[in-house]
Amino acid sequence: MLKIKNLHASINGNDILKGISLEVKAGEVHAIMGPNGAGKSTLASIIAGKEDYDVTDGEISLDGNDIMELSPEERAHKGVFLSFQYPVEIPGVSVTNFIKTSINESRKAQGLEEMPAKDMLKMIREKSDLLEIDRKFLSRSLNEGFSGGEKKRNEIFQMAMLEPKLAILDETDSGLDIDALRIVANGINKLKSKDNAVIVITHYQRLLDHIVPDFVHVLHDGKIVKSGTKELALELEEKGYDWLKNI
Amino acid sequence: MSKYTEDDLKKELEVQEYEYGFYTDIESDTFPAGLSEDIIKAISKKKDEPQWLTDWRLDAYRIWKEMEEPDWANVNYEKPDFNAISYYSAPKSVDPNKTLDDVDPELLKTFEKLGISLDEQKKLSGVAVDIIVDSVSVATTFKKTLGEKGIIFCSMSEAVKEHPELVRKYLGTVVPKTDNFYAALNSAVFTDGSFCYIPKGVRCPMELSTYFRINEGGTGQFERTLVIADESSYVSYLEGCTAPARDENQLHAAVVELISMDDAEIKYSTVQNWFPGSKEGKGGVFNFVTKRGICHNRAKISWTQVETGSAITWKYPSCILKGDDSVGEFYSIAVTNNYQQADTGTKMIHLGNNTKSTIISKGVSAGFSQNSYRGLVHISPRAKNARNFSQCDSLLMGDQCGAHTFPYIEVKNNTAKIEHEATTSKIGEEQLFYCNQRGINTEKAIALIVNGFSKDVLNKLPMEFAVEAQKLLEISLEGSVG
Repeated sequence: MLKIKNLHASINGNDILKGISLEVKAGEVHAIMGPNGAGKSTLASIIAGKEDYDVTDGEISLDGNDIMELSPEERAHKGVFLSFQYPVEIPGVSVTNFIKTSINESRKAQGLEEMPAKDMLKMIREKSDLLEIDRKFLSRSLNEGFSGGEKKRNEIFQMAMLEPKLAILDETDSGLDIDALRIVANGINKLKSKDNAVIVITHYQRLLDHIVPDFVHVLHDGKIVKSGTKELALELEEKGYDWLKNI
Repeated sequence: MSKYTEDDLKKELEVQEYEYGFYTDIESDTFPAGLSEDIIKAISKKKDEPQWLTDWRLDAYRIWKEMEEPDWANVNYEKPDFNAISYYSAPKSVDPNKTLDDVDPELLKTFEKLGISLDEQKKLSGVAVDIIVDSVSVATTFKKTLGEKGIIFCSMSEAVKEHPELVRKYLGTVVPKTDNFYAALNSAVFTDGSFCYIPKGVRCPMELSTYFRINEGGTGQFERTLVIADESSYVSYLEGCTAPARDENQLHAAVVELISMDDAEIKYSTVQNWFPGSKEGKGGVFNFVTKRGICHNRAKISWTQVETGSAITWKYPSCILKGDDSVGEFYSIAVTNNYQQADTGTKMIHLGNNTKSTIISKGVSAGFSQNSYRGLVHISPRAKNARNFSQCDSLLMGDQCGAHTFPYIEVKNNTAKIEHEATTSKIGEEQLFYCNQRGINTEKAIALIVNGFSKDVLNKLPMEFAVEAQKLLEISLEGSVG
């Protein structure tokens, strides 16, 4: 589904990614781990199409089509979803209104009619139940005054509504207490199918106890220094990242 | 020496004709440029006005002559040459040969986006309307319903003829001739406007909209509006139109006076969408408006405005809270883009006891525009337990525009309670990227963010107006982010 080949990227002349190659197939869960500043969030942003970075080399394709020239919204319409590490606030725009706009813009891009209000409501009910979200929450302004946990849960709620092909979860576990972590992870697991794929970016093992990855990659200084199965995550938890820095 | 042409002769003759009072012979629709006592007499005569009104205008003119154009507002422009303006223009007749094909396609595109019907498009762009049956019958039914309740809603000219006692009693009582430069000018030369009177205890059953008066001639550049809500009555008044109003007149100086008697309530909503000038800042309307209302005991006045047009806006809809327990409200959204400049806000003058006022102002600036909020909250020494809450929020797009806040607070009674909140925020790259990532393109994202920002004010507008106003905000900001 997603193929990244030899990706190099920099910002303001500083090299952040120094040759990343990664292949994610439908039905797979990949975890990307690594210390702060390794380039994890940069990688996520570049896949989503953020324009602040200079991609100096490499390719990214989705289902065999090059997506490097597509705008962020076009990538979203093709099924790329990024759960933000720091979701932004949009005062005065309710969670419901935002997700409604989001869904209908994607439908419009695919030449579909707007989703009928009845179907939209039904879907909102289902998905908010799945993530144990209080209905009152849905009429609040997007992320305004939300706790860290509420923000992350709202990201996963949007993911549930949009049903993306490729979901990238950027430190979705940070800010979540144990109960919220369980609910969110549970939601993600229910949304998983053989047709979609998930990339989980995290520092810690604890999220991976709930969302079991097929592959684990360690990112250090802009490069994937080690790849393995879920056991690698446990090893990292035990030894820390330092032992990898000398590889 | 240039040649003395036939046109020059004609002009001279016309001027002489005023001097000698042969007004009725003048068939031309427009008076020659310039302002003098004779021109004012001519306007008054042309409109067949009573002597008291002619004198009132002349008095205003003499006051105006002694005044200077104010320059304290945070706007820069070349001051109009008041002698280059023609002060009387009869409503233009419709050109029967003009079709929609002759109209600026850009304008038609905007109409379409606003969802304006074909008939209305024609009306707004000065094209003859084939099927006017609908609007005529609507207007007639409308007048009948109002008439049954004793409500008067007509043009100012008609009111001067039909209800001179009311006009004479109230005209200039809230905005006196001496009030300011533009108000004095308006008092001298106003051509028409709206008049509305709601009798005691009557609740006006529908929104009164100037829209129903479009056929009765253009509102003109010096509009005069007077709304009187007698004791315990209620009226909601809508001014303006969301369709872009193109006007060749560069200077607009309107005066609006509201009188809310004991226990009465007036809700006055405006959408101002005059031509803002080109993207490069050429042309556009100068809008210098004086709007003020007076509240008697337990009365209420609520101003709601959506300002997206004009090159220069200078406008402070205000409330004089004279009666005890009276309430004043001001809800405003001002959007400036490209090279537009707006200096707008309100004045809440607390004179009575237990008077309350609320100010919610939202400014959105984009492009190279400058957007200022200017407001005064005044608590007089004898106003006990007055309360005010003000909130002024500014939203900036890009790094070339400006947002300014000038709040003046004068409290002379120590039982007053005043609150003022202000925020300035910027539509950030992060917000836009977040929306983009969710499949929402930048233009749509800006509309979403701006509508969210303006929600508190949009909610105050009558329903159908609110929907149109939302679309208008979207259109005004199109192309504001590259």
